[in-house]
Amino acid sequence: MPEKKMYNLYVNDEEASVVARPSDTLLHVLRDQLGLTGAKPGCENGDCDACTVLVDGKPIKSCLMLAIEAEGKHVKTIEGLKNTRIQKAFVENWAIQCGYCTPGFIMNGFALLNQHSNPDSETINDWLSGNLCRCMGYAEIKAAIKSVMTSDHADKSS
Amino acid sequence: MESIGRSVIRKDAVAKVTGAAKYTADLKTVGSLYAKLVTSPYGHARILSIDTSAAEKVNGVHKILTGKDTNILTGEEIKDRPILATDRVRYHGEPVAVVIADTLAIAKQAANLVNVSYSPLPVIRSPKEAYQQGVPLVHEHLGDYEKIAEVFPKPGTNICNHTKIRKGSMEIGWAKSTVVVETEVSFPPSDHCAMETRSVSAEILPNGQVIIHSSSQVPFTIKKMLSSIFGLNQGKITVHTPLVGGAYGGKSAIQLEFIAYLASSAIGGQKVQLINSREEDFITSPVHLGLDAKVKLGCDAEGYLQAAEITLLFDGGAYSDKAVDMSRAAATDCTGPYQVENLWCDSFCMYTNHPYATSFRGFGHPESTFAVERAIERLAEKLGMDPIEFRWKNAIRPGQTTPTQVILNESRIGNVRRCIERVRELINWEEGRRIEITPERIRAKGVSCFWKNSNIDTNAGSGAILKFNEDGTVHLNCGVIEIGTGSRTVLAQIAAQKLGIDVDQIYVEMDIDTSSTPEHYKTVASRGLWMAGRAVLAAAEDAIGQLLNVAAQVFRVSLDDLDIGKGFVFLKDNPARKLALKELVYGYVYPNGNAIGSQVIGRGSYTLRGMTFLDPKTGKGVPGPDWTVGAQAVEVEWNKRDYTYKILRAVTVIDAGTIINPKLAQGQVKGAMHMGLSFASREGFIFGPNEVVETTQFRTYKVLRYGENPDYTVDFVVTPSRETAYGLRGIGEHALIGMPAALANSLSTAAEVHLNRLPLTPELIWRMKTGGVR
Ligand code: FES
Ligand code: FES
Repeated sequence: MPEKKMYNLYVNDEEASVVARPSDTLLHVLRDQLGLTGAKPGCENGDCDACTVLVDGKPIKSCLMLAIEAEGKHVKTIEGLKNTRIQKAFVENWAIQCGYCTPGFIMNGFALLNQHSNPDSETINDWLSGNLCRCMGYAEIKAAIKSVMTSDHADKSS
Repeated sequence: MESIGRSVIRKDAVAKVTGAAKYTADLKTVGSLYAKLVTSPYGHARILSIDTSAAEKVNGVHKILTGKDTNILTGEEIKDRPILATDRVRYHGEPVAVVIADTLAIAKQAANLVNVSYSPLPVIRSPKEAYQQGVPLVHEHLGDYEKIAEVFPKPGTNICNHTKIRKGSMEIGWAKSTVVVETEVSFPPSDHCAMETRSVSAEILPNGQVIIHSSSQVPFTIKKMLSSIFGLNQGKITVHTPLVGGAYGGKSAIQLEFIAYLASSAIGGQKVQLINSREEDFITSPVHLGLDAKVKLGCDAEGYLQAAEITLLFDGGAYSDKAVDMSRAAATDCTGPYQVENLWCDSFCMYTNHPYATSFRGFGHPESTFAVERAIERLAEKLGMDPIEFRWKNAIRPGQTTPTQVILNESRIGNVRRCIERVRELINWEEGRRIEITPERIRAKGVSCFWKNSNIDTNAGSGAILKFNEDGTVHLNCGVIEIGTGSRTVLAQIAAQKLGIDVDQIYVEMDIDTSSTPEHYKTVASRGLWMAGRAVLAAAEDAIGQLLNVAAQVFRVSLDDLDIGKGFVFLKDNPARKLALKELVYGYVYPNGNAIGSQVIGRGSYTLRGMTFLDPKTGKGVPGPDWTVGAQAVEVEWNKRDYTYKILRAVTVIDAGTIINPKLAQGQVKGAMHMGLSFASREGFIFGPNEVVETTQFRTYKVLRYGENPDYTVDFVVTPSRETAYGLRGIGEHALIGMPAALANSLSTAAEVHLNRLPLTPELIWRMKTGGVR
C-alpha cells in the first residue's frame, strides 16, 4: 500500500487536514475522515451522481476525483448548504422519498441555478440527466428545480 | 386539527435535504474492520481449489473465510443456499470467500490475490430450459434440503416450487368459449437498483451480544434467522436499521448479514463492515426474477371470459429465497382483476444458473399481469371489441370469487370498474387509440388493469408504542422501516388523529432497534400502514383509556362522560371542564401534592386474521386480507422510421381507500409507475457465455433518467376498507403492476405487431416487425 500523506482541503469554508493515500477518492476522504456522509456512493464509477459535491463552485462527481486533486480548492458538500431555497423547494415539492439521491440532486441543481438563473428544460435535462433516482418519477424534482428558477435561490449561502 | 387527508410534510424531510440523514454505511465507528467478497466469475462451475496463501500474506489482513469454514445452508423457505459456495458455484457473482482486513483497500487488494480454480459446468439459461427433461440439475440434493411445509419442490427436477390453481371446469369453460387466443411472453431477470447498495456490519460484544446494522426491510427476520441458523438466543441479538436508501423488495433477503456475522465471529467479535459495490449489488445480492409464460384465454360471443389456462415458469435463479413465494403469489391472482369461472394455472419457480431472485415491488404480479393482459388484448382484438370495454365487462365485482375462491365484498375488492371508467376519461380514449400524426410518427395508447393481495405469512403482525413526554408530546415507536415511502409520517398522522392532537406533537425516530422497537413483521407487501396502522390505533386507544381513567377520578365522573380532543380531556356535556393532556400524561397531581395515575404508555399490536394456507391441489385459500385494484394507461409516440419511441403520458387510477396523506400517496404511485416503465422499456440482464452477466453497471444496465420520464397522471377512487385504520388501503407496489402490459399494449398498437417480450427496446420492435432483417 502506498504511503499516506497529510494535506489540507477547504471544505464548507473551513480548513481541514486529512491523511490519505494518493489513490483515495474525494468521496471517501469526505465521508471517512471528515464525517461528511451527505455525499453518497451510488456506483463509485461516475454513473449516478449521488456523490456530487462542488469544487470551486463546479459540480464534481466526488467518486471520480482524487482527494489530493482537491488540495487547496474549495469543496462544498450538502452539509455546507444552509437554508437555501433549493433545499426548501425539495421539501415543499415532495421531491424526496428514500433521500439517497437527494444530496446529489440538490448539489447539481444548486450549481445549475448558480450558472443559469433561468434555465430552459433542455438545459435542466443536460445538467440533471446524470443523477439517478429510483424512487420517484423525477416529476417532483423537476417541480422543485422550476420553483426556484426565477428567484434568488442562493439566499445567504452560496 | 384533522390529520387524516392532509399532506403533512415528511418527518424525515429536513434531514434528507441537509445531509444529516444517516444510512447504514454512514455510521462510521473507529476500529471497524472491513470485509470484501471474492465472487464467482462463472454462471456454473465446480470449485477445484481455493488458494488463500498469497492473500493472507498481505499486511493488514486478519482472516479469510471460505465455504469450508461456513458449511451451513440457509434460506427462508428452502434451505438450499450456502453462505459461501463450497464445492460448486451456481451463479455469476456468487460469494466464494471473504477477506477481513484493516481497511477496505487492503481487503480489496487481498481479495484479488485469492486464487480460485474452477472447472465450468453446463448452464441452465432459462426457466423453459430448466423445465425440460434430462437437463442438468442445479440442485441434485433438492430432496434433502430442509424446507417449510408450504413450498413444493420436486426432487430430481429444477422445480423449486409448484403452485396449482384449479377452479370450475375447463371442459365447460372451453365449450362456452367461441373465441380463444394463446399468448407466450418472456423476459429476463433484472434488478431493483436501489441507489443505496446493501450494506451491513456485525459485531459480537464480550458478553456474547450480537449487534448487527443492516440496510434491510426485515431486521426482525434477521434476528430470527441468525438465531435459528447459529443457535443463538434471540435476546442476544440486536439488529439496527436506520434510514434505507431504497429497497423495492430487494432488501427483504438476508445474505450479507450471515457473512458479516461469521466474519466477526472468526476474529473474536470485532466489528466488521461489508458493503456491496454496485457491481455486487447488481448480481451477488438477489435480483428481480424473470419469466417465461403461456396464457390461453377463451370468451363467449358477448365478450365474457369463460376459461383461462395459465402456465408461469419463473426464473428464480440459482437459489430459492423468496422467488418460491412470488411464484405462489402470482398464481393466486393469476387472472388479473377479472371474473373467470373456469381456471387452471400451474405456476413453477425454476432453478436456473442466474443470480437468484428475491421479492420485487409487486411480488410476482407485474410479471403475471404482463402475460395475462397481453392475452386479454389479443382476445379483445380477435373478438373485435374495444379493449377497455372488454376489461370493464369482465372486471371482478363483490359477490364473485377470486382464483383461490375467496368470495369478495366491497371492502375486499374496491371498485375495479370505476377505475377503468376514470382511466378511459383521463387518457382521452375517445380520441382514438392509434393516430398517425405524420406518416412517420404514430401516437398510440394502451391500457392494463391490476390487482394485488399481500401473500405474506398468515400470522404476520405489527406492534406500536406511544410514549408521552411530560409536556404532552409523544414518541411513536414502531417497526415499519423508512425505506422511502413516508410510512412513519403517515403512522404519526394516524396516531395524532386518534389522540386528538396536532401531528407536530408526535415525534418519530427513523432508526429501528429490534431490542426496543415493537416488531413489525417485515416492511414488505404494502402492509406497513395496513398492519402498523391498526397497531398504532390500538396503542392510541390504550393511551386514551389511561388518560380518561385518571381524568374520571379527578372529575369524579364515569369514563363514558369524558372525551378527548384538541389536546384536552373534557366532559362531553360541559367541554369547558377540561384537563390539558400535560396535566395527565405523567399522572395527575392534586393541590396537596397527592398523585394518581402514572406515565402514560400506550401499547397496541395487531395480527392478520382469517388468512389460510392454500390447498395444495386446488389453491383454495385466503392469501391476504384485501386486494388493491386499479387501471392504468400509457400513451407513446412511436417513430416508424427508426423504431424509437417516447413515452408521453402514463395514467393510474387506483382504489386507494381513504387517503391519509395525498402527496405521499401520489409519490408512491408515481414512483411505482416510473419503476414499471423503466423495467418494461429498458431493463433486463444481458447474459454472455456460461451465463455471465454482462450488464452490472449503470452505463450498460440502463434505467430511466431525468428527462426521459413521461407526464404522470394519478387519480384515486375511494372505497374505504372496513378493516384498516380510517379505511386506508396498501398502495406501495400496485402502480408498477400494469405498467409493463400497458406499455406493451400501446407499442403493439402503434407498431401493429405483437410485442410479448421485455424490455421493449426499439431493437425488439424492429426485430418483431421485420424479422430482424434490414
Ligand atoms: S457514486 Fe459517484 S457517480 Fe455514482
Ligand atoms: S429518493 Fe430514493 S433514489 Fe431518489
